[in-house]
Amino acid sequence: MALIDLANPTRFLALAGRLLPWCAVATVMLFAIGLYQSWLAPDDYQQGATVKIMFIHVPNAWLSMFVWGVMSVSALGTLVWRHPLADVAAKAAAPLGAAFTFLALVTGSLWGRPMWGTYWEWDARLTSVLILFLMYLGLMALWRAVDDPSRAARAAAILTLVGAINLPIIKFSVDWWNTLHQGASVLRMGGPTLDRAFLVPLLVMAVGFTALFVTLHLAAMRNEILRRRVRSLQMLQASRPAA
Amino acid sequence: MLGPYAAFVVSAYAIAAAVVMILIGWVVTDYRRQQAQLRDLEAQGITRRSQREAAP
Repeated sequence: MALIDLANPTRFLALAGRLLPWCAVATVMLFAIGLYQSWLAPDDYQQGATVKIMFIHVPNAWLSMFVWGVMSVSALGTLVWRHPLADVAAKAAAPLGAAFTFLALVTGSLWGRPMWGTYWEWDARLTSVLILFLMYLGLMALWRAVDDPSRAARAAAILTLVGAINLPIIKFSVDWWNTLHQGASVLRMGGPTLDRAFLVPLLVMAVGFTALFVTLHLAAMRNEILRRRVRSLQMLQASRPAA
Repeated sequence: MLGPYAAFVVSAYAIAAAVVMILIGWVVTDYRRQQAQLRDLEAQGITRRSQREAAP
């Protein structure tokens, strides 16, 4: 089967049905290993046990940007090829991205209070991530506000691509401005600065959260395709002459 | 075990678990709702063109 064949909604539904159980099992296994390793990870010599918050904060922060990246690629699919499955992918990803961004903000806040002495600081990294969260909510509101899916798809795709400007701002905010947030310690030139005792559980948890995203995204895309089928059948029903 | 900051660590993990559970619950209930609506429509004889063509 060619990759382009998967862009057919019916084929996608069949494939999603086959893949979902495997993705779910992989997610559970990765989380089991990651949480076990996180529990066994030693306390940091400066941060103590609060370093364990890193194992959920950092994967969610990465995913908050990754999901917007997925939505940006989908937005190109909507605008350039006008493929309905591209909009389905973007619409299904938005609530997941919002949830990951929310978790990045909340867990960061809970990590910041004991380490920085404050839950929140209006610095560049925290503010740009908050803006990302608000953009997710705005996109979800846009999809709900416009009745016609094809009109909503184009508007959402344009907004998604404009919003992608925020991704490099988030990534490099700690380099461009003097912020309270620490600089990159994993994805950086010269390799990670984290000790292996922290790096391994962090990477396993990151892969686990990514597997969770893939699983939920497949399921949410399947739901969105079914929702559009329900809508078209309801329109067909409404257009039939009364008996 | 978690020292003086246990409340922060436990809260972070509990909130993350709650959000993941909400996401899973949302996806599962939404799937059931869409399936039920499709079944209702098909029971009323409203079917997709491809299904009508496939029918004998």
